[in-house]
Amino acid sequence: MYWTYLRRELSGRTKQTAIVAIGLAIAIALVIIVNSLSAGVRDAQSEALASVYGVGTDLTVTGAQSEPSQSGEGGGGGPGGGQFDFGTDGGQTSSDGTTTLSQSRLTTDFRRGTLAASTVDEVTAVDGVAAATGALSLTNMTFSGELPQAPSGSSDSSTDGSTTQGQVPQGAQGGQSGQSGEGGQGGGFGGGSFGVDSFTVLGVDPAATTVGPLSAVTVSSGRALAASDAGTDVAVLDATYAASSDLSVGGTIDVGGTTFEIVGIAASASSSADTASNVYIPLDVAQTLSGAGDVVSTVYVQASSSDQIASVQSALQTALPSATISSQSELASTVSGSLSSAGSLITSLGTWLSIIVLAVAVALAVLFTISGVSRRTRELGTLKAIGWSNGRVVGQVAGESVVQALIGGIAGVILGLIGVTIINVIAPTISSAPAASTGRGGAGGGPGGGMGGGGFGSTLQTASDIVLHAPLSLWFVLTALLLAGAGGLVAGAFGGWRAARLSPAEALRAVA
Amino acid sequence: MTLIDQPATDASAAPSAPAYRLTGVTKTYQQKGRVVQALKGVDVEIATGDFVTIQGPTGGGKSTLLQLLGALDVPTTGHVLIGDKDLATASAKELEHLRVGEVGFVFQAFNLIPTLTAAENIAMGLEPLGLDRAERDARVADALARVDLSERADHRPGELSGGQQQRVAIARAIAKRPRVLLADEPTGNLDEQMRDEILTVLEDLNAEGLTLVVVTHDSAVAKRARRRLLLEKGTIRDITR
Repeated sequence: MYWTYLRRELSGRTKQTAIVAIGLAIAIALVIIVNSLSAGVRDAQSEALASVYGVGTDLTVTGAQSEPSQSGEGGGGGPGGGQFDFGTDGGQTSSDGTTTLSQSRLTTDFRRGTLAASTVDEVTAVDGVAAATGALSLTNMTFSGELPQAPSGSSDSSTDGSTTQGQVPQGAQGGQSGQSGEGGQGGGFGGGSFGVDSFTVLGVDPAATTVGPLSAVTVSSGRALAASDAGTDVAVLDATYAASSDLSVGGTIDVGGTTFEIVGIAASASSSADTASNVYIPLDVAQTLSGAGDVVSTVYVQASSSDQIASVQSALQTALPSATISSQSELASTVSGSLSSAGSLITSLGTWLSIIVLAVAVALAVLFTISGVSRRTRELGTLKAIGWSNGRVVGQVAGESVVQALIGGIAGVILGLIGVTIINVIAPTISSAPAASTGRGGAGGGPGGGMGGGGFGSTLQTASDIVLHAPLSLWFVLTALLLAGAGGLVAGAFGGWRAARLSPAEALRAVA
Repeated sequence: MTLIDQPATDASAAPSAPAYRLTGVTKTYQQKGRVVQALKGVDVEIATGDFVTIQGPTGGGKSTLLQLLGALDVPTTGHVLIGDKDLATASAKELEHLRVGEVGFVFQAFNLIPTLTAAENIAMGLEPLGLDRAERDARVADALARVDLSERADHRPGELSGGQQQRVAIARAIAKRPRVLLADEPTGNLDEQMRDEILTVLEDLNAEGLTLVVVTHDSAVAKRARRRLLLEKGTIRDITR
């Protein structure tokens, strides 16, 4: 009779049951979707990180951030404060008088400090460190352009008679690389064409394969760097960069003015992320070529076991007080871009929205149950009068609330699954930019340099588009159902409390 | 005032052991901040198998007395013996046990559960007994037959007339086979024809040995009782002629 009575009661007040169930269903669906999206964002962050730091990296050691140098700010035109210096031999002049200029520079990231290469050994010596390898993060910038012969003074129609010979046309701001038109006022001459091409270069220990940025890549053609490559001018290219620059194995690439043979193309193990850098070259070559000396930018550390990460981190911090030690979870927080925005949106807005809707739904359930008990005073009093115990009456009221909530919970799970499926079908793409990979770039080059530096940002950052999935687990579904059941229990407890306090004599009073 | 049970007119239907024995019963309760003395020393004995009506003006204590007889409440002072169990010393569990096994209730407004069928409403009264399904169904069918409503077993209260609803309520009360049937204005909501219908059912049950205590304003009902009590200003007296 318990279930018959329960079923009849719930179906007898369809509207109330529907309101409570719908409220809970929306709340539960939100909980599922928010949980699922959070997991999706976490996965995306791990994916973004793995592409940069490698799969096995638990900790990274980096130098303290340094203030940008004056030249970098003031318009020197490039990271590291390096100036392009075109002397008399800086270009070739063709027969028509046009001078062609081209120069490559390989510089360290001016925003980040470097560590002595011996740091890798110090790190390796720390207890709990399974493996460590160093890498030097560099940027290669190639300046190239043509400068036409300046017109003669007699033909100059300048009103003030002055000439602007040799002056670089200004105005290529905002990242447009140097396509200037007819420049200047009156007496100027134009026609110069300049471009700045930049790509990221990572000097890696060719012998390190288990830890570091190359541990997460797959070689799509050619081969990976090997220990024997130390000291040789060979390079492995990121697949996306190679495709966009039309480079392939067997070809060559100019890095810092030196021609490197392309021996392999590497793609991220994750289909939706790029690798950490555009070009990988042996560490010792990178150190020599950049003139940075015996330094590394980042030491990638693998702990012996995952539960040792915290202790290794503090041991490293003690051993290297001036360095920055970051764990994967800390690195996750450095992942910027819309992935980060999505993460914070989901965790803040999504979580609060779920909590509020859940609270409203439970409050509704409680109110309806209490009002239901008041409305059923005579009925419940009658049951007590005909012999129903307090416990039986309370059990009935609470049972109705729980079942009502579970109906909402199941509807919510279905709704949530539909929502998650829709998200997975749409598969929104969000960009992620692991901030630690390279400098931020993007700051305008300044008028002095003339070349709009604004465009560097996009190439300096290893921005990757990651498809956001919303993974579902049985655990989410169970948690959601438990939440619904708990909501029902709360409502049932209030209703039951009211019912228990009801005097059996109420039934008689009601008709007296 | 002590009222000693008068023998029923039909001696064979009135066994010697009393169904109720009330001595010095008072009941005081608080209502809206003031103390109400509903019963002021009631002494009465009701024989098993008797048909007793309790009359009296509204506010005279009838409902309070019925609550005591139904083990829904306990006296402030005095003793209420249901069989040999004294409510004054009974635990909550014992009171519940008395309500389950000894007493059946019939209300003026029928108090059926509107979402359940006639048969299911009757089964609700059997729920506390924890009977197995077969026994429960048999008792429900038997109770419906005794109020002549077997063909309406699957009808909900809304599909039944007032008289039929009250018959279902009576069936619910008797299905658990109580020793006493307490009825509070059982014909109060019914027209004359239905009232007679219900009274016939009650008389038949009484003839089978069920003790009937009926609170009523209706003198037509009171006339059919074997014994009539008047409860006025918290005291009781026998007005049977």
